[in-house]
Order: sequence, then structure tokens, then C-alpha cells
Amino acid sequence: MTSEAAASPLLELRKVNKSFGVVHVLHDVDFAIYPGQVTALVGDNGAGKSTLVKTIAGIYGRDNGEYLVDGAPVTVHGPRDVSALGVEVVYQDLALCDNLDIVENMFLGRELSTFGLLDDAAMEAKARETLASLSVRTVKSVRQSVASLSGGQRQTVAIAKAVLWNSRIVLLDEPTAALGVAQTRQVLDLVRRLADRGLGVVLISHNMNDVFEVADRITALYLGRVAADVPTTEVTHNQVVELITAGRSGDLGIRDVASATI
Amino acid sequence: MSISSAKSTSEKPDGAPLAGGTSTVDPSDVDRPLGTVRDAFVDYLNRLRGGDMGALPAILGLVVLFTVFSVLHDKFLTTYNMANLVVQAGSICVLAMGLVFVLLLGEIDLSAGVAGGASATITALMLVDHGWTWWGATLAGIAIGAVIGLVIGLLVAYLSIPSFVVTLAFFLALQAVPLKLIGAGGSLRFNDEILRGLSIKNVPVVAGWVAALVVVVGFAALALWRYHSRSKRGLSHRPLLLVLIQIVALAVIVLGSTALLSQNRAPNPDFFNISGIPWVAPVVIVLLLVWTFVLTRTKFGRHLYAVGGNAEAARRAGINVNAMKVAAFVICSSMAAVSGILAASYTGKVSPGSGGGNELLYAVGAAVIGGTSLFGGRGRALDAVIGGLVIATIPNGLGLLDQASYINFIVTGGVLLLAASVDAISRRRRSATGV
Repeated sequence: MTSEAAASPLLELRKVNKSFGVVHVLHDVDFAIYPGQVTALVGDNGAGKSTLVKTIAGIYGRDNGEYLVDGAPVTVHGPRDVSALGVEVVYQDLALCDNLDIVENMFLGRELSTFGLLDDAAMEAKARETLASLSVRTVKSVRQSVASLSGGQRQTVAIAKAVLWNSRIVLLDEPTAALGVAQTRQVLDLVRRLADRGLGVVLISHNMNDVFEVADRITALYLGRVAADVPTTEVTHNQVVELITAGRSGDLGIRDVASATI
Repeated sequence: MSISSAKSTSEKPDGAPLAGGTSTVDPSDVDRPLGTVRDAFVDYLNRLRGGDMGALPAILGLVVLFTVFSVLHDKFLTTYNMANLVVQAGSICVLAMGLVFVLLLGEIDLSAGVAGGASATITALMLVDHGWTWWGATLAGIAIGAVIGLVIGLLVAYLSIPSFVVTLAFFLALQAVPLKLIGAGGSLRFNDEILRGLSIKNVPVVAGWVAALVVVVGFAALALWRYHSRSKRGLSHRPLLLVLIQIVALAVIVLGSTALLSQNRAPNPDFFNISGIPWVAPVVIVLLLVWTFVLTRTKFGRHLYAVGGNAEAARRAGINVNAMKVAAFVICSSMAAVSGILAASYTGKVSPGSGGGNELLYAVGAAVIGGTSLFGGRGRALDAVIGGLVIATIPNGLGLLDQASYINFIVTGGVLLLAASVDAISRRRRSATGV
């Protein structure tokens, strides 16, 4: 933990709580996203991963706790505030329109236009540039419809869409869940390249292989609490699995697991 | 061009140096803009095989119908009948263009035909009983259409009632409008020079030629300018040869039909002179250009396709899905009003049954046969016009053959079913191959 103190986080949540009615989903959660690092967010179903992501995305409000960007507290009222801060979320269902092509999807809702006329040439040029800067070589044409893309390519387009707007932080919800081996490879390479460009990346995943392959840090959630926030190099596979399933592993984890309830 | 593209294809399989470093990437590596005619042709074939047929079924249908009818009846291919066909197709094309907007969202408007009838009734009443000018009366009719669309759209978007049910209710209720205003068994004749003239008068021959030339030259200039600017910036574009073929094809169609319609087509050429493009045609073409522009060049059009393709994705992208639905129904019903007025112009009267007959099914058939999907997300204004010509050809040809009208119903129903089957099958192939 101390070795990380040098880099200050791009985005930080401190002591965040969130309840839905009587269900207390997030308990005093601390979460930080660092520039140039992939932070893996792991946890069992119902541990609060999705709630945490939606809280960061501004879809859910916080009951209390701080939301800091570049060390300064910000007020966030909704998803638009969050994207204005340079934070983009790629959800599992990707939200792409099958009948539109890659360029049209990347600019959906934020089309470039002059006097209300679409500037297709500028959009295509910028989409091409973004894909090239991410070293994406797997699509045949940026003018092909998204319906014709494979799962990995669709994920690539969704991620490229997220970084198109000079975003600084990208949150990826299970980006490899439905992909085969080769496509998982493509997407993980892309995730690594995002971090190498200095973006803060959050990877939500159930797959320990993926996590250990690309993540710099691992934050494990257990029943809405942060069980551990450790550099990937300092933990083993088994420890992470124990943190996910029991909230505790050796010296790591929640001190008083037995009292932790939802 | 062909050499460089051949080189890049051969490099593709083993190309792609290992990514990861900050290697400078030439944007042209990302993809290969369709460079050669061969590429474009292969791409087109792949799309056809994948079920993306566009207007091809409609064009084939038109060829088949023209062949059959011209073999069966020697009067079918006369210029007189062709001009008639253009006039008959006008109101169907306009109604179908309006329906494209609703179909794009995966909705349906069953009331469009009767909305047109109701609007035309208002227009005729204003002309005949209140002595309004033709444009005042026309605007009144279109405004009524817009209001009908607004109400339907609000009910569909904000109360989430299926459009099928809402518009079925309007289909029934709106038939009351002409019945009440005109009275059962009556009819409202109007003889306004302009509105009636849309169907029975023609553009002066010289003006027709000028307009046709403007269209062809304008299209050619736009296509070439687009080719030039896109290829200069290294963006994907169609090969030059294909652009030229397109321009020539358009020129042949536009100038060819202008030449045909500029001949004297009077049955008795020694006594009468009937020549020139019927006024309906420029009305349809202007609407076609306007809506094509809206659908392909504006944010509004792009967002319509997005909502039709994936409403949830559109909503997350910040598009107001409900407002888009309302807008689509308003456009549809307004176009229905124009269509109703054109239909009234053709017969010179409005009667209680106006718009309640086959009009709607013809128009849905026209849109679908032209390549608009009933499932949303796919369709162009041009498809509706081509489809409208196909649909209008059927009653025209059967009428010449003196067939009993029940045949007309069966054939039209069959064509609609065929078009919907083509749509469903091509959709299945699309989801299988993902084109």
C-alpha cells in the first residue's frame, strides 16, 4: 500500500455507504483508481460490484461519503456529470445499435455536426484515428455494421467509443464474459494498452486468469465491504478466491468477518 | 489502386506486427476503404447473401410486373398509361414515405390511410364551403394530420400502449370524420385549379426538361464532390467507376422518363396535346429529397435509426426516445394528410370512404416491398417510392386487363405477404450471418 502512495488517484471514493430501503449494500467503501493502472474489482455475486460501479457512474446517488476527482471533492448528480469528468463506463450489454456502422455507433448521441448537418467525414476520420491509436487491427472496415462484428470486435468498439472523448477513466463491466480464447486475448491486450496510455482502468471480472494477467491492483468486495485492496504481485490466486468467498485470507481481509452482514 | 489493395490483402494474414509498443500506426492499416469495383461488388454480393437486399426485390418485382402486363396487354406500355401510373402511384408513395418513419422505430400506424381521408376532408371543406385558398386549405389539412400524429405519438410513447392498438382505435374512430362532415352517401367535389391540377395537369415540357437536367447535374456534382473530398482525406468511399455508373443510371432514368412524358400522349393526338410530367411527380420527388436529406444527413435521422436499432442504447446515448416516437408519428400522419390530398386530387372529390379502403395496406406493402423492415431500424425514403411504383402497377395492369376486382384484392394481398416474408427471411439471414 505504501509503495503506491507516490501516484495520486485520479478518482477516489471515501467511506461511501449506499442502501436500498433496508438493504445496506455498500459499507464504508474506499475505492481508488490510479492513472496508468488496471484496478480489478472482484467479488461474489451480490457483493456490491455493480452498485459500486453505478455509484461511480452517477446512476445511483451516495447516502454519504466523499467522491473525489484529482484529490478534490466533486458533486455528482447524474451520469452526465460523470462523463463530463472524463469517466466512461462500458456495460456488459455494450449498448450498441446493430443497424448502425462502427463510426455511427462510436458517435451515437454526440454526433459532430455543422449547422445541424452531420459531419460524417470528420467523424470517420476521428474514429479511425482512435482505433489506430488503440492498435485495433481486427475490423475490416469502420463502415461495416456492428451486427457483422464478432463479440470481441463489439467489445473493442464499445471500449473505443468510451475512449473517443479523451476520457481519463474507463470502467469495464465483465468485458470478457462471453468471449472465446482468442477474443479474450484481443480485449485484454486492449485493456492493457488503455492503462499504458495513462488512463485509469477498472476491470470487473469473475475470471481470475484475466485479473492476474492485466490488473495492477485488486480490490475485493465481500458483502458490500472492501475485504482487501492490494497490488496484484503481493497476492496469490488462492488468496483472492478466499477474499471473495470468505472475506478473509491470512493477514488480509476483514478483521471481524463473523459480524459482517448485509 | 488495385495494386495497392492487392498488396495490403496479401499482407493481412501475417501482417499486424505485435501490438503493445507505441508504434506509429498508419490509419490506413486499420481498414481498407472500398477501393476497387471488385471489392465493392464482392461486398454487395456478400450483403445480398447475408439477407441485406435493399430495394432489389422491389426492382425485380417491377421488372416482372412490367414484363407480364406488357405481354398481356398492348396498351400497358403506352406513354398515356405510364403517365397514369405515375399519378396513381403518387399518393401511395407519399403515404409509404410517411410510414417509413414509423416502421423505422419498429412501430406501425394502421390509421394513416383514414388520417389522410380525414385531413383531405378538411382541406376540401375549407376549399368548397369556406372559400379558402388552395395553400390555406392544404396547410389546414396537413395541420389536422400533424395533430392526429401528435396524439397517437403521445399515447404510444408516454402511456406505452402498443402502436398497433392505438392506431387501430384511430383507424375506427377517424372514419367518423368524413362521414359526419360529408354525410353518408354524399361526396364533396372540388375543382380548385392547383389541387385538382396536381393530377390532371402537367409541367410545361420545357420546364420539365430544365428540372430534369437540374436533378441530374445536381446529383452528379454532389456524388463527384463527395468522391473527391472523401478519397482526398483517405476516408472510405465508393470506387469512381461505381459512382459514374450510378450517375449514368440516374441520368438514363430521369432523362428517359422525361423524354417519354414529354411526348404528346393524347389518345387523339391530332385534336389534343397532352404532354409533360404530371405535377404529382415533382411533389413526390421534392418530398423524397427532403426526407432522404433528413434521414441521412441530420442528427434527427441518425437518432431515428438508432432508436429503431436499439432503443436502450439510444436512451443511454442521451437520445430522448419518447420524443423521437412522437416526432415519427407526427411526420407519418402529416405525410398521410399530403397523401390524402393527392388521392382526392386524383378523383376530384372526397367521400366518406376516403382513405378507409386499401390505401394503408398498399402503403405498408410499398414500404416493405421497397426494403423497409417491419422490425425497425432499416428503411429509406427511396425504398417507399420504388415500392409504391410496384404496388401501383398491380391495380393499373389488372385494370387494363379488365379483371374482376376480387383478383385485385387477392394479388395485392399476396404481394404484401410476399414482401413481409422476404423481410422476415432476410432478417433471419442477417442475424445468422450478421451483415
